[in-house]
This record gives sequence, structure tokens and C-alpha cells, in this order.
Amino acid sequence: MKLDLKKKKLREINNTLQNLDIKKNEREFTIINPEGSHALCAGLNQEMKILIKGHVGYYCAGMNQKAHVTIDGNVGTGVAENMMSGIVHVKGNASQSAGATAHGGLLIIDGDASSRCGISMKGIDIVVKGSVGHMSAFMAQAGTMIVCGDAGEALGDSLYETDIFVKGSVKSLGSDCIEKKIEKKHIDKISILLKKSEIKNVRPESFKRYGSARKLYNFNIDNVSSY
Amino acid sequence: MCGIVGIYLKTKKFEKNLGKMLSVMLNNMESRGPDSAGFAIYKNESKKIYKFSLCINDLNFINFKKEISKKIKKAKLNQISDHVILKTQLQPKKVIEIINSNFPKVSIVGYGRSIEIFKQVGKPKDVVKKFKLDSFSGTHGIGHTRMATESAITTDGSHPYSTGEDECLVHNGSLSNHNNLRRELTKKGTIFNSENDTEVAAGYVSHNLSNNKSLKDTLTSGLKDLDGFYTFIAGTRKGFAVVRDEIACKPAVIAETKNYVAIASEFQAMAHLPDVNNAKIFEPEPGIVYSWGK
Repeated sequence: MKLDLKKKKLREINNTLQNLDIKKNEREFTIINPEGSHALCAGLNQEMKILIKGHVGYYCAGMNQKAHVTIDGNVGTGVAENMMSGIVHVKGNASQSAGATAHGGLLIIDGDASSRCGISMKGIDIVVKGSVGHMSAFMAQAGTMIVCGDAGEALGDSLYETDIFVKGSVKSLGSDCIEKKIEKKHIDKISILLKKSEIKNVRPESFKRYGSARKLYNFNIDNVSSY
Repeated sequence: MCGIVGIYLKTKKFEKNLGKMLSVMLNNMESRGPDSAGFAIYKNESKKIYKFSLCINDLNFINFKKEISKKIKKAKLNQISDHVILKTQLQPKKVIEIINSNFPKVSIVGYGRSIEIFKQVGKPKDVVKKFKLDSFSGTHGIGHTRMATESAITTDGSHPYSTGEDECLVHNGSLSNHNNLRRELTKKGTIFNSENDTEVAAGYVSHNLSNNKSLKDTLTSGLKDLDGFYTFIAGTRKGFAVVRDEIACKPAVIAETKNYVAIASEFQAMAHLPDVNNAKIFEPEPGIVYSWGK
């Protein structure tokens, strides 16, 4: 089914998708003329396939559950923020805070993601084909972040148990983030996620692994300057 | 919040449409700034004639025209709503002195050989209509929609700010060291007309440009001297530049085609620009100055 944002209001389209009649078999939608609208496809909670043709604004596919949303364009701040499950695939670039606080699902970004990608992520898997900006994976708690390009300043600042894999250079590591030894189980994890993201010609062995030094978990007066 | 927009034309193709393009952008940024709006347009640069953008507030235009014509001979005046563009060959210093000492109700919004500035309280779409932005042609333009945070909703508190000949600046964000910087710049001779933080940034830019620094170098040194959150768009007679602070909380998107460069707080502001779907679209990186022209 084709949904045109020039003909229907954003709220009307979101309403249709959020309250899908499960008795009907209509599960595939193409959204045209998004023209940078905010909160498009937010709060979806059923299995469906959506293709958005064009650039979208903030919080696209936020809080997503089960749905597979593809954006054939760029996205604004907070794409797939607080996602619980499902797949969000951005074919262009993503603005700041992509996948923020998300608990599950897979976010694929074919281009670059700007600052604070995966901030406070809580279980989502994020795969970025390009590079990520500064403060990415800030306070990240669980899940996996794979960056095929480079990472900006203060990667993984104050992070908990997220695994970060970067193929290119890292401008600097944040407080309590260190490079860790990459083992077979990590390489397997990278292979699976690259495959799911349809990224070929990138060797899983070519990534470096970063994680928490676990020194800031409990308050220690000697670390006061790092908090 | 606040919305900022700007267009710099790389070719002559859209010169006649500049006002139309900018007005759609401003209208689309109402959600970021419903309190006041303003714009600066660079058009018809002249070698000898200076243009003064004046806000005459509730003064009667006919009376004002009569009075000012006695003080400034051969002045040409064009009224658009409560703003007046005054054209004269008299030197700016002299004109400013005449206006300030004889017309306390009139505020000088800006002046130069190319720039025209209009700003007023109200929703962007009303401000745009009032000043007939649609009908403007030009080479580059900058606009702002304001959600007031740190100073009152007044014409003086609206953007763009112009503190030097053919210079202007709009700002999304807030500065934390503006009081100190205002004192320092005032000592060096800069005159400020409001308590607004952005006017200080504009004053900082003008001060540096008057010391023969380029716009790019000025904004680069501003990264050290201006403390706070910001995306700035700055305009000069022939140039146009964008910069975000290094934390980069305040958004900005640039769309570049072979005919123009557009910048806005959000993509939706430029979704209707010609050929935008084939534009190179990117976010300006934190702490890097992007400039066009000179």
C-alpha cells in the first residue's frame, strides 16, 4: 500500500500503521514525500515492512517493535530511539543520537552516523557502514556496536557492557573505555551482524574491540576526575 | 530552540527567487521559533549608496520622511510595513548620528551597500508576509525564527543581528560568557543595542572583521572565545559561513547543489527547495567552519 504524506497527515499515517488490522493481510507499505517529517513510523508494534522514500526528520521509527523499516534517504536526530525489536535500515546518513537508549532490534546505517550514536544503548545491535561522530556509545549498557569506518572523540565514555567493534581509526577513547582482546566468539558475532546487514567485503577479523575497563562501576575517590 | 536558515547562491539562476526560497524555509521553521522572525537579504550592491534598514515602530511614515529629508538631503525612502529602507550617499557614521540624535523612536536594524534587514515579533509566516519576503531577489540571505529564552520578545531581541557594515549573524543556542565579552568589546568601541547574547557574537565577528580577519578565521577563533551552545550562520557582502560549537547539540543540515548552498536547523525547512533531492546533503561537523564566497 502506498501512503503519501502530501495527501495524508503524518498523524493519520502513523495511526494507520500503529493500529494495523491484523485480520487483513496488508503488511507492506511504501511511504512517499516524507519531506523531513518528525516521528514518522514511531511506536509501531507489529510485524510489517515499510519503505520510506526520501529524507525524514527526528525520531523516525522510535520505540519500534517487530517492524522492519527501511529509509531510502537521510534521517534526523534519534532514529530508532528506544527500539525494542525489529529492524531499522537507513540507506543514507543518520544525525545524532541514532539508536539512543534502545533495548533490542537491529539498526543498520549505510552512511555515517553523527555524534552520540548509540548513547545509553541497552541491548540494541547497531551496524554503521560509515563512521560515527564524537561521544558514540556514551554510557552504553548492553548490545553491540559495529563501525566499519572511523569513530570520533571519546568513544564509549563511561560505558558498561556494550561491545564496540571499530574497523578504522578511533580519534580518542572516553573515560573507562579500553581496547580489549578480540576472541573467536567476537569475530563470530561480527560475522553474523555483518551478514544480517548485508555488508560484504569486510573481514570480521579486521575489527578492533573496545569495552569497559570497569573501573567506574563503583565510586572510588581516586577516580573522581573521571566521573 | 530557534530555527535558522540561509541560502547562498553560487550561480545567478535563482537570484529572482531568493525571497521565495527563504520564505518557505522560514515558514517551515515556525515549530522551532514562533515568537519572532527576521531575515537579511543581500541585493543590488552599490558602490556609492548606503542602505539603512530602519524600524520606525509606530512613527507616521509621511512625517518621518518629511523630517529626515530635512536632515539628509536627497535621501530615498521605501516603506515596507514598519520598516524603512533609506538610501543615501552620506557616510554611515553621519547618518547614524543624525538618526540617533533626532529620532529616538527609530532603531537602526542594519546598514551597508548590499544588506537589507527586516525583523519583527510574531509568527514567521506573518512576519514573512508583512515584509513581502516573497518579492525579494538577491544573491544570499539569512533568516531566523526565535523561541525566546534569555531575553524579552521584542524587535531588538529578534535576529538577525547586524553590528557592522553589510554584516549579519543568526544563532541557535545560548552563550554563557556574553556579559564578559560584551564588556571587553564595549571597551574596544563596539556599540550594543540590547542585552541579547547573540548580539555579542555578532559584535565579536564585526570587531574581528574590522581588523582585517577573514570570516572563516574570525569564526575559527570564535570557537575558543565564544563559550556556549551554538550553530551560527554569518553573512558578509560577498560571503556566507556556518559553524557549530564542538559539542554540537544544536542541529544543522547543509544541502549543496551546483546552483546554491542551503542551510537549516532541520531538513524539513529545505524539503521544498528546487532540485534538493539531488543535492549533496550533510551535517556540518562540530568545530569546523564552512564558508562560501569571501
